[in-house]
Amino acid sequence: MDIQEIVQRVVEEVKKNMNSPKTITNQNKEEPILFPEDRIKGVDKPHNAASIERAQSITPARIGIGRSGTRMLTTSYLQFLIDHAAAQDAVLRDVSDDFLQRMGLHKLETKASDMKSYLMDLDAGRKLSDASIQYLENNGDKGKDVQIIVCDGLSSSAVEANVVDLLPALIQGLKLKNISVAKPFFIKRGRVWVQDEVAEIVNCNLVISLIGERPGLNTDESLSAYMIYRPTEKTVEADRTVISNIHKDGLTSVEAGAYLSDLIEQMLLAKCTGVSFTQQRNLHM
Amino acid sequence: MKLSCVVKGTHYSFSSVREVLAKASEAKSGDVMARIAAESSLERMAAKVVLSEMQLKDIYENPVIPYEIDEVTRLIYDDISDTIYKDIQSWTVGELRNYILSSDTGRDQLLKLSRGLTSEMISAVAKLMSSIDLVLASQKMKYQAHCNTTIGEPGRLAFRCQPNHPNDVPEGILYSIKEGLSYGAGDAVIGINPNVDTIESVKKLLTLSHEFIEKWQIPTQNCVLAHITTQMEALKQGAPIALMFQSLAGTQKGNEAFGISKKILDEGYEMMARYGTSAGPNFMYFETGQGSEVSLNAAYGVDMQTLESRSYGFARHWKPFMVNTVSGFIGPETLYDGRQLIRADLEDGFMGKLHGLPMGMAPTYTNHMDADQNDQEVSGIITAVAGANFYMGVPGGDDVMLNYQDTSYHDDASLREMLGLRPLREFEKWLEKMGLMENGRLTKRAGDLSIFD
Repeated sequence: MDIQEIVQRVVEEVKKNMNSPKTITNQNKEEPILFPEDRIKGVDKPHNAASIERAQSITPARIGIGRSGTRMLTTSYLQFLIDHAAAQDAVLRDVSDDFLQRMGLHKLETKASDMKSYLMDLDAGRKLSDASIQYLENNGDKGKDVQIIVCDGLSSSAVEANVVDLLPALIQGLKLKNISVAKPFFIKRGRVWVQDEVAEIVNCNLVISLIGERPGLNTDESLSAYMIYRPTEKTVEADRTVISNIHKDGLTSVEAGAYLSDLIEQMLLAKCTGVSFTQQRNLHM
Repeated sequence: MKLSCVVKGTHYSFSSVREVLAKASEAKSGDVMARIAAESSLERMAAKVVLSEMQLKDIYENPVIPYEIDEVTRLIYDDISDTIYKDIQSWTVGELRNYILSSDTGRDQLLKLSRGLTSEMISAVAKLMSSIDLVLASQKMKYQAHCNTTIGEPGRLAFRCQPNHPNDVPEGILYSIKEGLSYGAGDAVIGINPNVDTIESVKKLLTLSHEFIEKWQIPTQNCVLAHITTQMEALKQGAPIALMFQSLAGTQKGNEAFGISKKILDEGYEMMARYGTSAGPNFMYFETGQGSEVSLNAAYGVDMQTLESRSYGFARHWKPFMVNTVSGFIGPETLYDGRQLIRADLEDGFMGKLHGLPMGMAPTYTNHMDADQNDQEVSGIITAVAGANFYMGVPGGDDVMLNYQDTSYHDDASLREMLGLRPLREFEKWLEKMGLMENGRLTKRAGDLSIFD
């Protein structure tokens, strides 16, 4: 099937769905408005239109969109509000059990029993539930170099969009370097610091959390990787290394897998992460 | 010192200055999370009553975190004027509020007063002030600083051009710089948040922004908002830095979590004076924001607003060119909604100014809090009326790297037109030369990034 055929079918599919009686807005069978999702080229009589085209292709930033007076044009303004609405909705969705099963990720939980306590009480999302502690004590893969954790954080979409490629790429990368990897698992309503408790239970050298970032307007699929070497009571934020913006328009998940495994190899050699790791690495450069 | 009072027939008592400060705060979710907020509206009022009768020396003698264990406390106390403090030590916080708002008190009196106040006193008085109180008092205090441009002159409003790219792609960053400049944003600084905090990457972005500024002869300064130690290393290796950045907290423990200390900031400042590219004498750019300490488990049971005030007390030691609070960046666990966000912005602008700082604002919101664009725009307007020195400028208000919303190039231009404010003097001339501005208004040519082709 060539690309035109695919496009044709998609268009037909979309039309069919739109004509379905379930669509509330379509009871009088009128053609619905297909509101543009891409940035408009709104600059009035630009000096060089090609340059604006190029700019929009190279950055997802809202540039080249023009103005009316000092304000955004109506289309851009509504696009902005639509993206905000979508991002707000994305925070409230869960990672599906199907997905976890497909990825072979066992689901652990934190002390945050619902979304409200997760959002409003940081500590709740930083500690495993008693049942999860017990599970990990009995079934955790102990004494390995690296423990990988997947957390929903603030975006389930980020987990579902990136982990499929990132997780195998990362594990393979580490194994090729003869670095031992504990069986990964998923933590629901987990914040970054929960990795400290996990590291203590499974006694690994380095723990890496792949965690959904708070959704932005540009994308709700952005994932971060937080790494820490042997966390203790005295651990502070500056001891962690973070690589953020893992998504299809940022650092892609496959690239991230390779990059992270290289980074982890260096961290294990340096026996540290965070600011100390950056400083050590600079000394050796 | 009296720590109890009767309000509406009920007796309320408190155990410490710290508790009074916390319970006298306007309601905020971060203080609730820390379990230090007032438990009822009347208890909050009782705390305000006790606070209003408290003498400044009661606060002076009871810092919320002891001098011995915290270098932020030490720096605040070591930097204030004993003479000025002794003149006002017997004032109550209520009298301090009346003095600040009096028609007889102007900029010069407040600047002098500032040198006798600890950060806790400044936080305390803000807790007795309403929105209009805070705006009127803030308007009296507008402080200037000089790096390559002069920021803070009356009638002028500056912007940081914030051209972030999710992957630090230089060409993408350049396009966003061009777009921002074409709207008149970038006179405060062209300040890039890097996604990758490595020396190589930071050097590349510093060079890129520096060369662009040189090529177009733009009166401004460049900055890459990496960790200060990364910037210092880049500077050592010869990278061109006009303004050095760091985020600050209001406790030593919070700053340790950020990987900084007074010693590191001293070193950074000295390096800038020696190796930086700018005229100075103000070389530093600091960001703060209510809630960072409680998020980092470094709050010692002190309320968010008081800790924010203490970060200004810490910041003023290095005579920064820019300080801005970033409210609403953390999430609903610290500032729940638009109302809390707007209150925090007003408090922060006032408290920063009463520290004598050249304050800017970044009213922001994330997508997991209960605030929206309307709240942000309201906050932008009222803090501009209150006389903020600068705001951020983000393409379309959407930071595609940091994933939050901040003031847009459009909003920046709108605030100037709405309030009749001009860009910084040197920069306005440059905008006129580029044909982007006439008589303080954007021309037809403005808003077109391709004019730099």
